[in-house]
Amino acid sequence: MKDKIVKIDRRTFLKTTSISATGLLLGMHFSCTNTAKKLMGDPSANFSPNVYLNINGSGDVTIIAHRSEMGTGIKTSLPLVLADELEVDWEKVKVVQAVGDAKYGDQNTDGSYSVRMFYPIMRKAGATARRMLEQAAANEWKIDVSECKAKNHEVINSDGDVLGFGYLADKAALLPMPEEHEVKLKSPEEFKFIGKKTSIVDLEDIVTGKAIFGLDTKLEGAKVALVKRPPVAGGKVKSFNADAAMQIPGVQKVFEITSPGFPLQLDAPLGGVVVVADNTWAAMKGRNALKVVWDNGVNGNYDSDAYMETMMQKAKVKGKVRRKQGDADKALQAASKKVEAEFRVHHLSHAPMETPCAMAHFKDGKIEVWAPTQEPQWARGAVGGAVGLEEKNVTVNVTLLGGGFGRKSKPDYVVEAAIISRESGFPIKLLWTREDDIQHDYYHANCAQHISVGLDESGAVNAWRHRTVFPAIGSTSNAKANEPSGAELSQGVLDMPYDIPNVSCESNNASAQVRVGWLRSVANINHAFAIGCVLDEVAEKRGVDPAQNLLDLLGNDRNIDMDALSKEFWNYSEKLEEFPWNTARFRNVIEEVKKLSGWGKSMPAGSAMGIAAHRSFLSYVACVVEVKVENGKVKIPKAYYAVDCGVAVNPERVKAQFEGGAVFGASIGLKSKITVKKGIVQQGNFDTYEVARITDAPVETEVFIVPSNEKPTGVGEPPVPPFAPALCNALYRVTGKRIRQLPITV
Amino acid sequence: MSAFKFTLNQKEVEVDAAEDTPLLWVLRDNLAMTGTKFGCGKALCGACTVHLDGQPVRSCSLPISAIGEKKVTTIEGIANGELHPVQKSWIAEDVPQCGYCQSGQIMTAVALLNNNSNPTDEDIDEAMAGNICRCGTYVRIRRAIKRAAKEGNS
Repeated sequence: MKDKIVKIDRRTFLKTTSISATGLLLGMHFSCTNTAKKLMGDPSANFSPNVYLNINGSGDVTIIAHRSEMGTGIKTSLPLVLADELEVDWEKVKVVQAVGDAKYGDQNTDGSYSVRMFYPIMRKAGATARRMLEQAAANEWKIDVSECKAKNHEVINSDGDVLGFGYLADKAALLPMPEEHEVKLKSPEEFKFIGKKTSIVDLEDIVTGKAIFGLDTKLEGAKVALVKRPPVAGGKVKSFNADAAMQIPGVQKVFEITSPGFPLQLDAPLGGVVVVADNTWAAMKGRNALKVVWDNGVNGNYDSDAYMETMMQKAKVKGKVRRKQGDADKALQAASKKVEAEFRVHHLSHAPMETPCAMAHFKDGKIEVWAPTQEPQWARGAVGGAVGLEEKNVTVNVTLLGGGFGRKSKPDYVVEAAIISRESGFPIKLLWTREDDIQHDYYHANCAQHISVGLDESGAVNAWRHRTVFPAIGSTSNAKANEPSGAELSQGVLDMPYDIPNVSCESNNASAQVRVGWLRSVANINHAFAIGCVLDEVAEKRGVDPAQNLLDLLGNDRNIDMDALSKEFWNYSEKLEEFPWNTARFRNVIEEVKKLSGWGKSMPAGSAMGIAAHRSFLSYVACVVEVKVENGKVKIPKAYYAVDCGVAVNPERVKAQFEGGAVFGASIGLKSKITVKKGIVQQGNFDTYEVARITDAPVETEVFIVPSNEKPTGVGEPPVPPFAPALCNALYRVTGKRIRQLPITV
Repeated sequence: MSAFKFTLNQKEVEVDAAEDTPLLWVLRDNLAMTGTKFGCGKALCGACTVHLDGQPVRSCSLPISAIGEKKVTTIEGIANGELHPVQKSWIAEDVPQCGYCQSGQIMTAVALLNNNSNPTDEDIDEAMAGNICRCGTYVRIRRAIKRAAKEGNS
């Protein structure tokens, strides 16, 4: 009988209790007390030792996911860290998405730092709760806590007595928080989830269509809104005529929402004319019927191709020196051989499969929104500010995100929905069409670069001069911030790791004339492309293998004191003592990707491999891309990655990020380009703004994760930067043509 | 507005909609069936894929008036008591990242396997090229289709 009760699962238990058998079941259970196994307690009991965790008397564990899920698996991985330290049965854990609230700490799901920042916090949260459950058991048994051990949802003692987490919940809730020294984190050998595969918590809901994304929330009486926005960023409505739109059956209201104009903002809508209708189709037809006359404003002459050449002219002359060792100009003059090249990367759009969207309900001095947002706290503040409510009256519910890539960290669309709900008096579902998304994005900064590398007579590289010109993200909202920040330059430029005596890293000014924002791996895209390609040319000039060239230039194994090399160096907001720039780890991923790819093996005609390596978001990544060119068409049979990201919490999801990062890299390398003429984005949908399809993506991607007990670092963005240069270097081996512009034209 | 009757996931449904309303919005707005997703509105990305008499179609570009007597199947309708073999293989290969495009990917894959029980890489490319996944789950989509084919044939 005892065994039978013990094995009863939670669902069966709940079902049984629902037919009022609680007493009976518990009664039988308690009658077995001499066997010392008590699993459940008062079902209404709750043990919530921190904001992320609740254990109730039935032993049900709720863990809060406070970071946004946009495909990285973070909604699973961080709760898993807490669950591991807590020693729970993962089957009994329910993961609940947090609303935007400062009490959870940082919720800005951006910059590939969720695990890095919260790994220690979640471990401590779990370990502290575990300790309290053990203490509660010790008190029950009147023994010392050192004789109690939590294991798989239960605390056991040396006599084999067992108390379930459910039974202990109300008792643990009465205990004081343990002292710091009493909380013992697990050793890596004790991990039960960390470092092992766990599927994402929403997996079955996703494949059955039940998962709830931005527009899937059901809200009684909700109307659909679409906005016709100024075609030129910073433009305004001069006049509009809503007569034809109002004739469309189902259209309820048409009105203007004002624009902040210029400068543009990272958290404010662009303004425009809103159509509110009973359903989506009526809203679309209504919007098509609108007639609007625009004032295009200060960006009405922006031509992105022309501006690229303006930036390139600046990249070819001396800029503002941001890092300097020795005298690169002089060394270049004296060099016996030189490699000099210019590189162009154009604007890119995020184009997440789910366009920006939000539900908002303004009612009785409060507002509630449901949004696929990467940054619910920013959304909360921005919504409150826009509709004139204090934060306490603003609730931001975070749905699943149908992709983010940096786009959905900006809360402009959430604010837009909130304003429209307040103005219209309806609960509002705001939809952005694909054209809205592609034409009113916060674009990746276009970038012109010029790199000069000098070699001495012995073939050693003794000069490196890197000039980069691109509109800083800061210049979107502040016209004076027209020089890239140290943080933007530390994405490949200032953190150049190669052991070269004469170095000059320079920038020049540029201004954002569309909304510029961060896109998956940000400035690393431009800089890793240019550096990765130029180093391949250096290898050729030196007459050495490209992978060996990287290892040669890296020099001796060491921690590089980047702070000493440039005052402006930024280590992704971490101290170098905590997260060093370690060349041995960089060297190792290069060695590992060589092994993984069979680097150096002979390839059939028309096929070749290329390599590039890049550290970003504190992770070390090397990438080999294998290409095959057939009838002028580029195929990527295989991509290989070696990554050192410290502890890989959920290695299977880390691999998925690299598989996906390769595809994102293939889009950047082969497909995607935004051009702007007279301030208007020329692309509108996936026919003109192309992204990689299954036919463009690597057929296979192999990923080697370096086993490590180092602190965990980023995995969402780091796969992207080295992919395009590895691809370009592979293509050069086939075509003999150097590629200096993305996307590639073969 | 007109009344339209059609068969959705083996049940008769009736909706009141403008006759040019795309099936996607009828599903989502009129019937609150939100498993089918909006991605582009122009039949370019495949996120809205459903079956019309078993064939994959882009519901964002199919007016409700064109459905007539044909049977519509959505992601909510392919499991039959238990998950569809393609859904199972999607789970076994941990295909989804954000998951948004996966309803459409699965519907296209189911149709592919209904027509071709043992697709080659080229067959998969051809069938799946209309479905964009911005997270880049293509290597797993390919593996999951092959797994479902193998398990279906064994």
